[in-house]
Amino acid sequence: MSAIQKAPQRPVSTYLHKRPNVRLIALLALPMTWLIGVYIISLALLLVTALWFIDPFTSKVIPGFTLDNFINIFTVPAYFSTAIRTLAIALAVTLVCILFAIPLGIFMAKIARPWVRNLLAVAITLPLWAGYLVKLLAMRLTFTEQGLFNWLMEPFGITGPGFGVPVTVLTLAYLWFPYMALPVFTAIRQLPHNLFDASADLGAKGWSTVFRMVLPLITPAIIAGSVFTFSLSLGDYLAAKFVGGSTQMIGSIIASNINLNPPVAAAFSMVPIAFVVMYLVIARRTGSLERM
Amino acid sequence: MRRSKLAFPALLAASALALSGCAASGELTLTVPDVPMKTELGAFEGELNIVNWSGFVDPKWVDPFTAETGCVVNSRVAGTSDEMVTLMRTGEYDLVSASGDAALRLIVGGDVQPLNMELIPNFSDEIAEGMKGQIYDVVNGKPYGVPIGRGANLLQYNETVTGSAPESWDVVWESDSPYAGKITAYDAPIYIADAAVYLMYHKPELEIKNPYALDETQLAAAVDLLKQQNAIIGEYWSDPVAQITSFVGGNTVVGTSWEILKKFAAQDNLKTTLPVEGSTGWYDTWLISSTTPNSNCAYAWIDYTSQASVNGAIAMNFGMAPANIAFCATDADTQAHCDQFAAEDEAFWDQVWPWTTPIEECVDGRTEVTCTSFQDWTNAWVTVKG
Repeated sequence: MSAIQKAPQRPVSTYLHKRPNVRLIALLALPMTWLIGVYIISLALLLVTALWFIDPFTSKVIPGFTLDNFINIFTVPAYFSTAIRTLAIALAVTLVCILFAIPLGIFMAKIARPWVRNLLAVAITLPLWAGYLVKLLAMRLTFTEQGLFNWLMEPFGITGPGFGVPVTVLTLAYLWFPYMALPVFTAIRQLPHNLFDASADLGAKGWSTVFRMVLPLITPAIIAGSVFTFSLSLGDYLAAKFVGGSTQMIGSIIASNINLNPPVAAAFSMVPIAFVVMYLVIARRTGSLERM
Repeated sequence: MRRSKLAFPALLAASALALSGCAASGELTLTVPDVPMKTELGAFEGELNIVNWSGFVDPKWVDPFTAETGCVVNSRVAGTSDEMVTLMRTGEYDLVSASGDAALRLIVGGDVQPLNMELIPNFSDEIAEGMKGQIYDVVNGKPYGVPIGRGANLLQYNETVTGSAPESWDVVWESDSPYAGKITAYDAPIYIADAAVYLMYHKPELEIKNPYALDETQLAAAVDLLKQQNAIIGEYWSDPVAQITSFVGGNTVVGTSWEILKKFAAQDNLKTTLPVEGSTGWYDTWLISSTTPNSNCAYAWIDYTSQASVNGAIAMNFGMAPANIAFCATDADTQAHCDQFAAEDEAFWDQVWPWTTPIEECVDGRTEVTCTSFQDWTNAWVTVKG
């Protein structure tokens, strides 16, 4: 009877235990390859292309150095107005999502019975399972001249807005709503019940409870959600194409130039990146990112 | 408009002059990279990679071809002319079914090779007259493309709303159009040519002779017209399904369309017409890559698809007028198809300007000015949509 059993051999573990550097490399190899090899390099290539020329006849890209593609974004009125329009649409989408997400979150977290809450949670996440194009076409059919919206509203004498900026905002809000609703709901759910009681004890009515207690506490969640709704809206172009009527967004310009004039497309793809960076800097200033 | 009938003799004359080293002014010679032409056929390579429009490559006619030649066909469907050009430039494809707005770009870019028509016996007198020797596929007298089929950009209208067929394109261009807000237009830079066709008729003082040869003043006039139209546009379309749902759903009453889209919409009140100003159209041709390792299979494919039965099958499958009009007389069905798509009606096609890449050298023969290039058109198109 041998009381001492030999410890199982683990050569890899033993090797790594002695060599912290190898351990670190092994841990980071995969994510770093992805981050640098795929993500950063393709972004860098994009930036470089934006500085290149184009052969006016064959549309072939010629390496070189010019800032014209960036200058044009500011000096060509159509480019500039498209950039501003896209920014406004992205902000509007974010605002609409916030307006819907907060009351829904409060209801789900604090008022609804458990089965209603579960039902709503499923209802919010279920559209994520449907294809993006399917949802776009669904919105297109809803707001078409002889579509569901006009049919429902006809008795009230209301006709839909038709394809344009408002329906684009609505469609994008519909597409990205889950990314706002879920973090907001989770954040409100984590607020202790007694905070609401305390607020009521101090004489606050519903609205001031929402504005002076709930809103400040869930701001990090709203910022987190808005990063998604804002940045996803900035890059979108299919919504503008299918429900935008004659609306042109940054994505439309990129899409129409990607084959004909890659440098212009590359320069334009920097615009949403710049907007998102600005957005994150502002969000950081408010201190929200630290509490995310 | 006798342009299409003049184009071929003019090019022959131009090339003859070029050959004799006589640089007469006014002739249309383009600077094209020197790509060698194939002189004789060899053994089949066993593979053929085709960039094509949806419906051009179908097992129904690919399988017999593969059985006959051993060339296995790989099809890559492209959505736009620009995508076709990009794909061909990767060098991974042997053959493309390009429209005229892509074809000239590929030829001048040196991406496709001149064709030896003697190796394509099925290219014959049966090819519709209006598809031979057009500027977009015959450059400096050298043929680069073999016609597949063509379609016109027609004015489609909802007869329930309009009552009768609009006689003029003015319903889609003028601010006082009764259908303002319910107008659709094709969403691509080449649509500028449609504005030019309208201006040719209504503003003769601009002296536009060819909608693909616009100098800066003429392009500016076309862009102004397009901007005026932008205010009354309901939707631009590039996706055929979106165009169909727009007409069927009532969002659009008048606008650019193709015969085949009307057919797909399958509504009795949707009709097409060719207005008095004429129109533009797309003419598709087979072009062979200049770097293809599979040129024998490519030649075999072009010859095979140029015979009446196969060419007609492609045309019917896609919904366009076949290039080989011998197909029309095959039976009652094919005749009905040819009639609907005006395949044999050259008088109809005389009013249609085939899509051609605009280039700096004016394709209407002017030499005293520089014309605007497709790059200029692309930049202009973005400003139209603001």
